Amino acid sequence: MKTLIKFLLFVVLLVCFVACNNSTKTSENTTNENPKNETSTEKTGQAFIKDEGGTPNALQLAIQSEDHSTLVAAVQAAGVENALVNVGPLTVFAPNNDAFAKIDETTLNNLLKPENKSKLAFILTHHVAPANYPVDMLKKNAKKKRKLYMASGKYLEVTEKDGELFIDGVKIIGTVNVSNGWVHVTESVILPKD
Amino acid sequence: MAKIGKYILGIATLIFMTNCGNNNDSNSGAMSSSKAEKVYVAPGEHDEYYAFFSGGYSGNITVAGLPSGRMLKEIPVFSQFPTSGYGYSEETKPMLNTSFGFVPWGDAHHPDISQTNGELDGRWIFINENNTPRIARISLTTFETEEIIELPNSAGNHASSFVTENTEYIVAGTRFAVPNPQRDMPINEMKGQFKGPLSFVSIADNGRMNLEFQLNMPGFNYDLAHPGRNKSHGWFFFTSYNTEEANTLMEVNASQNDKDYIAAVNWQKIVEYVKNGGGEKAPGTYAHNVYDEKTHTATSTMKEGVTMVDPREVEGAVFYIPIPKSPHGCDVDPSGEYIIGSGKLSTDLSVYSFEKIQTAIKNKDFVDDSYGIPVLSYENTIAGVVAQPGLGPLHTEFDGKGNAYTTFFISSEVVKWKLGTWEVLDRQPTFYSVGHLMIPGGNSRKPFGKYMVAMNKITKDRYLPTGPELEHSAQLYDISGDKMELLSDFPTHGEPHYAAGIRADIIKDKSKKYYELSENEHPYAAKSESEAKVTRNGNEVHISMTMIRSHFSPDNIEGVKVGDKVYLHMTNLEQDFDVPHGFSIIGANTSEILVMPGQTKTIIWEPKREGVWPFYCTDFCSALHQEMQGYIRVSAANSNTPLKFTLDE
Repeated sequence: MKTLIKFLLFVVLLVCFVACNNSTKTSENTTNENPKNETSTEKTGQAFIKDEGGTPNALQLAIQSEDHSTLVAAVQAAGVENALVNVGPLTVFAPNNDAFAKIDETTLNNLLKPENKSKLAFILTHHVAPANYPVDMLKKNAKKKRKLYMASGKYLEVTEKDGELFIDGVKIIGTVNVSNGWVHVTESVILPKD
Repeated sequence: MAKIGKYILGIATLIFMTNCGNNNDSNSGAMSSSKAEKVYVAPGEHDEYYAFFSGGYSGNITVAGLPSGRMLKEIPVFSQFPTSGYGYSEETKPMLNTSFGFVPWGDAHHPDISQTNGELDGRWIFINENNTPRIARISLTTFETEEIIELPNSAGNHASSFVTENTEYIVAGTRFAVPNPQRDMPINEMKGQFKGPLSFVSIADNGRMNLEFQLNMPGFNYDLAHPGRNKSHGWFFFTSYNTEEANTLMEVNASQNDKDYIAAVNWQKIVEYVKNGGGEKAPGTYAHNVYDEKTHTATSTMKEGVTMVDPREVEGAVFYIPIPKSPHGCDVDPSGEYIIGSGKLSTDLSVYSFEKIQTAIKNKDFVDDSYGIPVLSYENTIAGVVAQPGLGPLHTEFDGKGNAYTTFFISSEVVKWKLGTWEVLDRQPTFYSVGHLMIPGGNSRKPFGKYMVAMNKITKDRYLPTGPELEHSAQLYDISGDKMELLSDFPTHGEPHYAAGIRADIIKDKSKKYYELSENEHPYAAKSESEAKVTRNGNEVHISMTMIRSHFSPDNIEGVKVGDKVYLHMTNLEQDFDVPHGFSIIGANTSEILVMPGQTKTIIWEPKREGVWPFYCTDFCSALHQEMQGYIRVSAANSNTPLKFTLDE
């Protein structure tokens, strides 16, 4: 089973690299063919730095995880890749595929449509805090009743019950340290209240 | 009369305008746009070559990209460097230790990249210090100075730091003849008494340098050097001036002899001689400073004694070759056959043949001896003369296509000439008064032969004026065609005496991104926030503090007292490329420091006043960088405030 996961991971990585390379090449070609258009803002930035080895950043981690393919698709549809790779520090609450599956299909597909890009981006940035929140810090925040300020401009509440952490009532089911902060896997999507 | 005057004026104006027009054409026409393309490196693209410029009196090296000329970094070597805290932090202070004590500022000269089989291999770059004779080794994976060795019994280490073609040895010279051993004696009795020792330093596989022996040469001024390569591998050639052995008004008194000498040294023979017990143990105190990448700490060891070799004792190892008029540069072509000596007051360039030198030695074709060292005949060793190429020849590099490029200081130009036929092929002006030039790989078996950089001594009006002091100008030429083509002009830092260049792909993929925290063996490293601590030992307080985006741990410290000596050991917990953190505290008399991911660095803080004193991160590390700060409470010397350190208590 483990080998299978590793293999799948490898395939996903490979696809990702190929995709990355292709997008770089495309943009190079565009630049060459049309010298007036000197910089293309599409698919450029820290998210597209080729950086083999070392600890992955939040985006690289999500891409490597087969449980987060919907999240990755959403991040790409919203075009917020660069928000997940900057020096941050960042804390990302990352709903897994099961979490997204809880949203009804029509709503989800609607969100992934180009015309809803900004709405989707808002929901996603609502999962990212520009801060360094490992588990201990979240527990402390819960104890001291400190809210989490999110990249959406809204606040989230953190609570602890029987040793488990909840973000606006959504349970954290796993945590990974990444090069630019922390990723906490959540069992549901944290939908903005208003 | 007035009419004639006007007429003449009209013609003059016309000529002037025509000239102007022509100039404009050549500056803004198709030619110049293709020049722009040749040096244009698009945003986000990388340069094709690294160029390492000596900083001269800055004591450091600056790294630039070619063809853009963009400065990428300054590497501190022989001088304290506020940007990173090199030479200020407790870990790096030992790097600047010498037998004369701590020397904060050096005079860096000639960088040279390590070689394998005569080709640049990009492991290390070496550079010499002229004033307090030293050689430094810099890693080309971390771009940090890893080792500095001092050369005793020497003065003015100018003929350095040139490496042999498998990086077996590196040499150091003595430009200012001195008593050896040093002693109190009248200056004007120098003749025959002073010496000019040449030092040979071996390089181990891991880069470690060891002073193997010194060759106790007659007291001339040994100026520049290059190793033999290819067929002449195993030899070293040094130019010398002041064979007059003058000790005053050298500009006149050292220019009296028609010829000075190139010293040809068969170093392999001397290595063998020393290996078999040859040479005398002589006194000589020197510092050997080594930086350990695991402890992030340098140690300085004071060493005593050196093997001194009398050149007359090693049969067939050391010879002098006459060369006109106070030579400077001494360069060896890629084949190793030609040794080019540049008499800086001579109007010709003398090119010697390695084969002819060997024949002359075999036939004992000596014309004289100088302090017991055989002098070969000029006529029987010369391969050819480049006649009247310019004024004031200094240095020569090669393109690997049979051409040589020599700088001329007085006539301010670079002259391209052909090896073997000695004909001048092209000349281009420089702006102004060029010293060294550099072709990436131009002093190896395999020059890259695409670009040449001229490093000029005089800047004057090349850039916007910046007061009396100007950075030196460099000019980049495309040398891929028959004629040299001036592409661009850019300022360099300090005074670049020479530079070394290498194709970027040879080193860029090996460049280190951060230090592994798990490999950090610094005795005061705190490798996680739980390891952070504060301990007191008498009036010494050691604070092992961590840094991560965007806080310190601990960030509140109490119980420090006036009169304490506080060691702030800062560990950067990040494991990410390009996320350094800085540290600074009010009242610190040492410096700020910049700590790389995974690294530990220390500064000492001696609080003088009671109060609550802030510290902060000096590097804009993250979105909440401004919040990355803390406080240390300082109580009176006799207070009972308990030692306490917390984070978010």
